[in-house]
Formats: sequence, structure tokens, C-alpha cells
Amino acid sequence: MGGHLPVNKTFKLFIGGAFPRSESGHTFQLRSDDGRLLANAARASRKDLREAVRAARSAQAGWAGRTAYNRGQVLYRVAEMLDARRDEFVAVLRDGGRSDESARNEVEQAVDRWVWYAGWADKVHQVLGTVNPVAGPFFNFTYPEPTGVVVQAVPDDPPLLGLASRLAPAIVTGNTSVVLAGEAAALVAMSLAEVLTTSDVPGGVVNILTGDRAGLLPWALGHLDVNAVDLSGAPADLPDEALADAAENVKRLVHGDATAASPSVIAQFLEMKTVWHPIGR
Amino acid sequence: MNAPTYAPIRTTSVDQMGLEARADELGSRSIKTSSKRAALHLAVRCIDLTTLEGADTPGKVASLCRKATRPDATNPGIPPVAAVCVYPEMVAHAASAVAGTGVAVASVAGAFPSGLSDLDVRTDDIRCAVADGADEIDIVLNRSAFLSGDLSTVHDEVAASKEACGDAHLKVILETGELGGYEPVRRASMLAMAAGADFIKTSTGKIPKAATPAMALCMAEAIREYAHQTGRAVGFKAAGGIRTSKQAWHYLVLMGETLGPEWLTPDRFRLGASSLLNDILLQLGRLDSGRYGGPDYVTLD
Repeated sequence: MGGHLPVNKTFKLFIGGAFPRSESGHTFQLRSDDGRLLANAARASRKDLREAVRAARSAQAGWAGRTAYNRGQVLYRVAEMLDARRDEFVAVLRDGGRSDESARNEVEQAVDRWVWYAGWADKVHQVLGTVNPVAGPFFNFTYPEPTGVVVQAVPDDPPLLGLASRLAPAIVTGNTSVVLAGEAAALVAMSLAEVLTTSDVPGGVVNILTGDRAGLLPWALGHLDVNAVDLSGAPADLPDEALADAAENVKRLVHGDATAASPSVIAQFLEMKTVWHPIGR
Repeated sequence: MNAPTYAPIRTTSVDQMGLEARADELGSRSIKTSSKRAALHLAVRCIDLTTLEGADTPGKVASLCRKATRPDATNPGIPPVAAVCVYPEMVAHAASAVAGTGVAVASVAGAFPSGLSDLDVRTDDIRCAVADGADEIDIVLNRSAFLSGDLSTVHDEVAASKEACGDAHLKVILETGELGGYEPVRRASMLAMAAGADFIKTSTGKIPKAATPAMALCMAEAIREYAHQTGRAVGFKAAGGIRTSKQAWHYLVLMGETLGPEWLTPDRFRLGASSLLNDILLQLGRLDSGRYGGPDYVTLD
């Protein structure tokens, strides 16, 4: 008896640790470079975005309240699980038209990127925090705090490394993220969701929406419960009104490089808080 | 057991599957954007804005009353709620805070939330609350007597409470989660109405098993049957676990479809809630601005 019938995966969304279909019921087709149907993926609607932001908001305090050491361990666990599924990601990247070598290279770099940012979890405060000289009997500290809920339009290319290079520095300090993956990177992003869900990342810390990124971004920019929007992979022609809406609640709008790795990327998703404390006698 | 002290009432048995399916179906109805604003305003007008915590203070009640009379400080177009609902000790504070605004003061009374103290103590509790200025009294049904089959006691206690209320409206909380099913809820509804309840109410909000739409439908059907039998219109109050606008208009649809539009007024329909109001304000804000709001833009209660 031969002829095993292949079980094709239906890619859904990743919201609050679960994999729901889009509320709208809409899907789109993902095709390989040579036109082969790879999968049907969910096309997220603005209501899915709303749910994802809600999930991210409710997870944020708990995630930020964990010890830095623990968040580092969780990110390291993501790297472990990603490494264990290396072949699957190589296959996904190859379906996107990459050579075996370049695909393998990218997966390895992405694993390294997660490990690298995991290490920063309990170091970033020492590097970015300061003790400031003031003219009075006070200690004056500046220390970084997470911004809150971040919506990230991640770069499409390179898909896996780009996602790691933007997502890991955002969540390592206690932010929670809603990732808007472009159509081209949808398969990689949703495969990563399966890694995240098995990596002790609490539900809601990372949420991934696929589909119409350009259509969702104005909703994210106008959403008053979103604290920052990462525009690294966003189209250049965002409507001016959407950007003006973003200013309403003083959102952080950040742009970044798809492959850069630096503590200054972590700093893009941080607020610096300064406190004065009297020096006792 | 004593012979019944009340005129016999007929109680129709409940088709559980049909009831739950109907309640679900009414919840899946889509509300068009053009109707949403009207529905949300109606929901606000029907809210009993509630705080029932041991930690309630006169200050907290005063801020609740401000919120009740003007739910959104930035938008005078949003109507005041129907009533504030507090413990008897807080009634006087609430009554002075809402005086002249049209917002009523409701008080739980009668050994809320268990109802298990001497009847005289409970009726005195009611009289005190009314004397302090309560317009509406929420009492709990004596579940202990009801579950023992002592329906006469249940009936007489509600009747005595109604008498103690004087001019105040009486709402009787069935605590559906403790009655053990739809049939007893339907029977308890008929009993409470026959004993003189002006409203019947689902839950106290003090036990994990809160109001469900199916329970609400079961009670609404009882109200309809009672109105048909006697010609008296009894109101319905849903309470416990109602936090989202979606849930609120599920109850509105359910009332409108079961009892008709004449029940869609604060005189005959109430939503007991605290955090629901903020969710409605966020929804209304979203309809006005076309953008999603967030908890930073409404008051902390």
C-alpha cells in the first residue's frame, strides 16, 4: 500500500496563543516562484487586528513583570526550537525561490539572532541606563522601560532573519507585539508562530497577522491602545492622515534595517524614565 | 408542608435545546452600523451602574454617581444611565449625589447576596434603604426555601419585601446559577412575579455562574407568559458578567424579539454592570472617530 495522501497545512492567524481563522473568513493563496500552490493563508481584517491588540495588551503587564533573566530564557528557547526545525524552514525558504545554501544560511543566522537578543535581556538596562550628574543632593537615574504594545510591519526580505531582527529586540524588554507579515513572508511568519507557541512564549506576547498589510497599517496607526508602530517593512506611500492619527497618542514610529543587530534596535522600543531620589545623610 | 398561600400559577415547561439554540441564534444577528449607535445609547440608558464591594467608600460612590450622570466627560451627547446600584449603607451618599439628575438610586437589600437572615431583619433592611432615598430595591430570592420546595415561604417573603418597599420598585434576583436549570428558573420567575416583583433579575454577580443569554430568554418567556395571563408587565434585569457591548446588544435583541419593543425602555429593561459602560464608551468613540480607542481613554473604576 503506497500513495500516502499529503496533509496540507491550512495557515491561520496567531492571536493570544491560539490559531484562529480570520474573523472575515477571507483567505489568499500562497504560490511558489514557479506557480505551484503552497498553501491557503488567512487574510486578516481590522477586527482581527483589534483582537490581536487586545491580546497583546492583556499579556503586556505579565510579560514585562517577568524577570529579565526569565525573558532571556524564553527567547533562548525560541532559538532552540527554531534550530530543531531548521529543515522545515529551509524548505519554506526554498519554496520562496531561494537556493539551498542561502536558505540554510538564513535559518542559521536567524537562530543566532534570537540567541543574541536573548543574551541582551538582562544586560540592556546596564548599557542604556544611566546615573546622571545633578546639582543637588539627589541620585538621578535614567532607566529603560518597555513601550507597551508594538505593531510591527516586518520586512519581507529576508523573511526569517528580518522577522527575528525586528521581533526579538521588541519583545526582549517586555513589549508585546502584533506582527503584520506581508504576503510574501506569510508562510515563514506562520511557521515561526508554531515555533513560538511551543517555546514558553506566553499567549498574546507575539501575535501574527497575515494578508493585507497596507490595509491594516492605517488601523494600527490610528489605534489609541498601540504604543509604537515599527514601519521597517511598511510601504513608503502610507497616507498622511494615518501618520497624523499616529501622533494622536504620541506613538513611537520606528524604522529599522531588516538585518541589523544592535542594542540601539532594542532602544527603539523603549521609553527612558528618569527618577530623582534624595541622598540620605 | 403548608398549603400554598398564593393563587395557583401555571408554569410552562422549558425545551432546553430549543431555548439554547434560539438564544444563540439571537446572539449571532448582525447589527448594522447605522443601528449600532442607537443600540449603544439605549444600552447606556438601561444600565444600573453598580458597585457592590466591601471596599466601597462614599468617595467611590460619589465618583460612580458622576460617571452615571455624565458617562463621558468629553461628550455630553451620551445619555445618563438608569440608576446607580449600591449597598444600603451607601444609599444616602448616592441619593445626594444624583439628586435632580433623573438617575435613580437602586440598593441591594435583604441580606444580599445570600438572603439568609430573619425575614424581619431583611424587611427592616429594605425600609432603611428606602428611607435613605432608594428608588429601587434589589432583593435576592430565598433559594434555600425554593430548593427545599417551600414555595409558599418564597412567595410570602417576596410579598412582604414588596410591602416593605412602599413606593420603591422591587427587583427580585433569582440567582439563576444556583437554581439548577431552566425549569426551576422559569418556576421561580413566575413565583416572584406572582408575589409582586416589578422586575426579575438574573444574578447577584457574586457567584462565578453569571447570567447567560439562554437563562435570560427563559426568564423573558416567563415574563411574556405572565403578562399574557395577568396583563401586568414585569421588567427584566440582566446582571453578572456583562462586560462587552456585544453582550449588551445580544440582550437587547433577545428582549426585543421575545417581548417586543415596548420592553426596550429603562422602565422594563436593565443591565446591571460596572465595566460594561467603559466598553460602550469605547465603541461609541470608535463609531465617532473611526479609530480604535483604548483603556487609557476612559476612567478607571
